[in-house]
Amino acid sequence: MNILNISGSPHVHSDESTRRIMWRVNMALIPTLLVSIAFFGLNALLISLVSVACCCLFQWMIEKWIMKVPSTVSDGSAVVTGLLLAFNVPATANMIWLVAIGALVAIGIGKMSFGGLGKNPFNPALVGRVFMLISFPVQMTTWPVVNGIFPMNLDVVTGATPLGVFKEGGFPEDVTLMDAFLGHIGGSLGEVSALAILLGAAYLLWKKIISWHIPVAFIGTAALFSLILWLQPDHTMMIKGVLHHMPDPLTAILTGGVMLGACFMATDMVTSPMSKAGQLIFGAGCGLLTIIIRIWGAYPEGVSFAILLMNAVTPLINRGFHPKRFAN
Amino acid sequence: MGGVHPEENKISTQAVIEQMPLPEQVVVLMNQHLGAPATPVVAKGDQVKVGQLIGEAQTFMCANVHSPVSGTVLKVESCKDAFGLAKPAVYIQVQGDEWVETIDRTPEIKRQCDLTPTEIVDKLKEMGIVGLGGATFPAHIKYAVPPGKKAEYLIINAVECEPYLTSDHRVMLEHAEEICIGVSILRKALGVPMAYIGIENNKPEPIAVMKAMASQFEGIAVEPLKVKYPQGAEKQLINAITGRRVPSGKLPIDVGCVVSNVGTAFAVYEAIQKNKPLIENILTVTGKALPSQHNYQVRIGITYNDIIRHALGSLPETTGKVISGGPMMGKAVCNLDAPTTKGASSVLVMDEKEARRKPETACIRCGKCAEGCPMGLEPYLFSALVRNNRIEEAQQRNILDCIECGCCFFSCPANKPLTDEIRLGKNKVRAMMMAKKK
Repeated sequence: MNILNISGSPHVHSDESTRRIMWRVNMALIPTLLVSIAFFGLNALLISLVSVACCCLFQWMIEKWIMKVPSTVSDGSAVVTGLLLAFNVPATANMIWLVAIGALVAIGIGKMSFGGLGKNPFNPALVGRVFMLISFPVQMTTWPVVNGIFPMNLDVVTGATPLGVFKEGGFPEDVTLMDAFLGHIGGSLGEVSALAILLGAAYLLWKKIISWHIPVAFIGTAALFSLILWLQPDHTMMIKGVLHHMPDPLTAILTGGVMLGACFMATDMVTSPMSKAGQLIFGAGCGLLTIIIRIWGAYPEGVSFAILLMNAVTPLINRGFHPKRFAN
Repeated sequence: MGGVHPEENKISTQAVIEQMPLPEQVVVLMNQHLGAPATPVVAKGDQVKVGQLIGEAQTFMCANVHSPVSGTVLKVESCKDAFGLAKPAVYIQVQGDEWVETIDRTPEIKRQCDLTPTEIVDKLKEMGIVGLGGATFPAHIKYAVPPGKKAEYLIINAVECEPYLTSDHRVMLEHAEEICIGVSILRKALGVPMAYIGIENNKPEPIAVMKAMASQFEGIAVEPLKVKYPQGAEKQLINAITGRRVPSGKLPIDVGCVVSNVGTAFAVYEAIQKNKPLIENILTVTGKALPSQHNYQVRIGITYNDIIRHALGSLPETTGKVISGGPMMGKAVCNLDAPTTKGASSVLVMDEKEARRKPETACIRCGKCAEGCPMGLEPYLFSALVRNNRIEEAQQRNILDCIECGCCFFSCPANKPLTDEIRLGKNKVRAMMMAKKK
């Protein structure tokens, strides 16, 4: 006779799994990876490979030797961290080995020190990225000039990103909106092409892995705030005694990391609020802080800091915003 | 709000309702319903007929129990039910099939009902009618609307949103007229102008049949509903049909609604028009791995093993779980020698692979449990609160609003047993409230 299993209801499951979610996020990052290889050549590929390999290796080592738990590398979350970390650095030759240090910080401090997947308060890739930005400011702000498709020798010339030009009080005249949309601009490896990012985001929306709330609130707030600043006389503002050009709202969201941050990093399930209302607040906070840091902060770009700061207040947002009850 | 879309697996919709042959012995539990057990009114050696009262409702929350067979009472003692709990029961050796004379067994369909509302409610009590949607709530209590409350809508639950189950589907196809008469009787008992029969859109055949039949009756409308589990949960159904929401901790009657299952309406017809007590129900025998799919009319008190023997010969070698009810809210049967009861709606057989839970992984705070919750609750939060024994906070976060539909666990990518934890939490909250009262 058979031995019957006994368990509480429900007795069926949707088949959804963490593993499937994470690998789908990786799928969604592929267009961005391809575009970065197209614009930045072999460097982009090598940086991505090293970053992903290091993230997986460090997680495996920490789980095996320090935490002494079964490895969870195959769930794909370390790969997501690795890709996002790679996407947040400039595609210079230096980065091929520097990104390994970022990976150690991202996985070791950003993720595993809190207990691993699901327990980290901050986006691990951004923890790694900000560590690198502060530790290697020169290498992290040396940008290869984008020049055609599949360039072979990138490091020869370096140039500023559009946001860097604005920060210096200049105006990036050679950058068209179409360049910014397709990705033909200076910037971190994975942030340049809004088109590729939107493709991936559309896939995640379709698979219901992300909802529209955070990206729309993030990008919308950044655009709105930029519009307000852009509407100042002559599109300029006096900041710390220097006259600065204000980017128009479209340039503001298409250059820099707003798209990548809003679609792939602020939407990280672990570090963003649970309720839809909370997600709108979170996204709006990211957008607002990004522009504040860009215009009044020390760095030309503020997406990483903005998201990390909002990660920090996520528990607070979760306390204040709950789903709408069926009754009452 | 909320809800999920489990695989429907309605593979037994084409199986015509068959009569399950009588077994050699039945065990009739005195707890066939929500509330206190009925008091046995027969003793060892007594001869009983089909439909004879054997358990009497002597407390308020209780329902009469009648003999489903004719024969000799073997003993009156406790019996382990399908879920391992001991319940008082009457064991009857089956001899022949002799019915109580007052029961009208002719196939003639009687539409005319001259009883007054009070007489209808009294007869529901006499006939031991309970809700057949799962909760087995005694019908005479539900239809005796307490003073100060007013019924405005009668809602008939024919949603059958649970995967696999097809008993309601078949009853509607085969007994549409009786159902409509039953609904009319219940409408009369409540004194409401309209009754709405809610059916999910994935059942076009029953919708068509019921619509055609309902058009011959006054005050019955068929409401096709969006396909979404748990559309047939009482509060969700009321909301879908009336737009009203039953407040936390309140009952449907507080928003002027009374909800009964479509199978109950059929039982009401038989009880009121044919004098037949509730001694039979319709039950689906189904499962992906089974060689055949069935819908049966079975006498209560027949064991799961008897049903399986007749329907399948034996359980397939690969069987991993037998469920009484649907896969979302049904209960896993641990004792196949236990008898079925009035509320049993199915014998669902799952193979070993389907039956096993997948290993639990870390919560990634994706919020799918909260998104899927039809009550707008936060299962992930309850999980943490219950695990840390923070019961008061769970209560403040309305854990008792949970209807245990299973959407949270169903949608959790980390396979966390959220519904189990919430059930535990609800019991702890209730225990805490009891302790405070004392």
